[in-house]
Amino acid sequence: MRFRAKIVDLACLNHFSRIITTIAKLAKTCILRLTVCKLYFILSDKVANGGASMWCELSQGNFFDEFQMEGVAAEHNEIYLELVPENLSRALKTAQSAKAVKIKLTNKHCPCLRVAVELPSLSSSSRIVTHDIPVGVIPRRMWNDFREPSVPDFDVSIYLPVLKTMKSVVERMKNLSNFIVIEANLSGKLNLKIETDLVSVTTHFKDLGNPPWASEDGCQSSAQGRDLESMAEACIDIKKLQQLLAGQQVNPTKALCNIVRKRIVHFILLHEEVSLQYFIPAIA
Amino acid sequence: LSRIGDELYLEPTENGLSLRAVNSSRSAFASFLFAPLFFQLYEPGSAGPDAELFRCKVHMKSFLGIFRSLPSLEKSVGKCLILLKPRASRLVLQLHCKYGVTKTHNLAFQECERLQAVFDTQRCASRLCAPARVLAEAVVHFPLTLAEVTLGTGPGGKISLRNYVEDEAEPSKTMVTELWLAEDEFQSVAVAPGSHITFCLKEFRGLLSFAEASNLPLTIHFDKPGRPVVFTLDDTVLEVHLVLATLSDLESNSRSPSTNGVSHLPAPSDDFADDLESYMVAMETSEGGSGGPPSPTFPLRTPQPAESDPQEQEEGAVPGTPPHKKFRSLFFGSVMTPGRPGPATTQEVLAEDSDGEC
Repeated sequence: MRFRAKIVDLACLNHFSRIITTIAKLAKTCILRLTVCKLYFILSDKVANGGASMWCELSQGNFFDEFQMEGVAAEHNEIYLELVPENLSRALKTAQSAKAVKIKLTNKHCPCLRVAVELPSLSSSSRIVTHDIPVGVIPRRMWNDFREPSVPDFDVSIYLPVLKTMKSVVERMKNLSNFIVIEANLSGKLNLKIETDLVSVTTHFKDLGNPPWASEDGCQSSAQGRDLESMAEACIDIKKLQQLLAGQQVNPTKALCNIVRKRIVHFILLHEEVSLQYFIPAIA
Repeated sequence: LSRIGDELYLEPTENGLSLRAVNSSRSAFASFLFAPLFFQLYEPGSAGPDAELFRCKVHMKSFLGIFRSLPSLEKSVGKCLILLKPRASRLVLQLHCKYGVTKTHNLAFQECERLQAVFDTQRCASRLCAPARVLAEAVVHFPLTLAEVTLGTGPGGKISLRNYVEDEAEPSKTMVTELWLAEDEFQSVAVAPGSHITFCLKEFRGLLSFAEASNLPLTIHFDKPGRPVVFTLDDTVLEVHLVLATLSDLESNSRSPSTNGVSHLPAPSDDFADDLESYMVAMETSEGGSGGPPSPTFPLRTPQPAESDPQEQEEGAVPGTPPHKKFRSLFFGSVMTPGRPGPATTQEVLAEDSDGEC
């Protein structure tokens, strides 16, 4: 099992660093899955996470100048590691002026991801900072726990409003209630609602647009037979939603959510080089 | 100084005004000596044949409160007068501001013994001098919450800084960050090979930001683990010393190499072995080869020898650092001056305060 990668371009490094920071805000511990072409950050929906789960996928070619990996075996050419993304985020944070960043899987006393940052210095040799991030190697028999979640059979799919606006609304609502209701319909309307003994607050967004999803028979999902005005709602933990929104440092190219009424809300945030899916289960 | 202690000690001397502070566990001490030339007027007062110059200490917060907003002070204050009135029991700070406004602050003070840590930079085996900026850039890679850092010397004359991992922490769960600086980043390097010390980063950061702001090079004097590390800044009118206790290496049984230790294993030849960058290979194999100093293993827990400090007890016990900290307290004597070797006693004995007077 081997892994080594190198980033030389500063813009790629900063972009990668921002993604890791976003992941760190969503998960205390997560799985890093390495394949020849892609990196995945996975959080599975265990009870410990409050049932929330995450799937983040990026193409290594968009970030790394060198990327070599050899999985556990030829026919299972992948590596699954458990790590604390905050450690990786910290290691990359002070690398902003780096000449190069190398990441390597090592096993000196215990498996670690060694991040070596080469920094410019006024002296003849560069300054080198190494961060040894402890990781856990996930054995192959457990890989099935971390498969890509399928898109749920949703009632409504809708594009999200500008995330910054949504974030400031949710942040204020968080002071009043622990739970928030997201409801939306197929006419581009989305409401965020909280209700307590003393107060109820609803923020209405309209004209958001509903993304077209191809149905199984290949045709565009037809709106016929569906009530365009009826709202599908789910009540979720407001902190999870706030964490998701707070972690977004760059506006995604596309942001949408799929609501299965009273069951789950599935958020999809797409950027040019990275896609993030986040599932928040509804509170019973 | 406020990052170190809650009380500001003012000691006027013939050589200038010394401002000092010590932390509650007596493991950090700092002094700033302002030469008479720093001031427009400097009158230390007259000491009688039997008495010394008057000393006192005040609450750090009260003193700092007078200088709260530096930018506005710089614009409005013309002169600052500091007057010690022993008989009135007051330290007077008078700010002469624009438009004829005078602000007078009267601070209550307490008389005190001379505060002086025992240390001797001449007896330190190793010395490093670097521009403050280099050290500040080095320290930025460590989180603000990190308590202790280990400074060490490595192959090729490189100097390393590494976060110290407490022995209670699980090595397989803690991230280890290490930074290497080349010798030529320093203005001078005179170090004993294989030497290392571990000290508290928080207190050092305070001095570092002062050094950066004043653009002064910082000199680090250190010796064996357990002996204090002394940081100095020198200027024509200012002499700064920061003395920090360091973690002592105690004898340990053979242990598996700690994450904080110099690894004595050769580069591993297991599945993860890789053609390491030439730099890293040199680092790891030469560390493995050096049979030299013992690895800085985690010291065993031993109770610190009971240290008597009459003055501290008179003022009422202050909570020291938690008992599991193995830093030795610095040694405080009443009459030692820096530069002169301390008393040739064993390390366990604190120099007693001289009786009585202030």
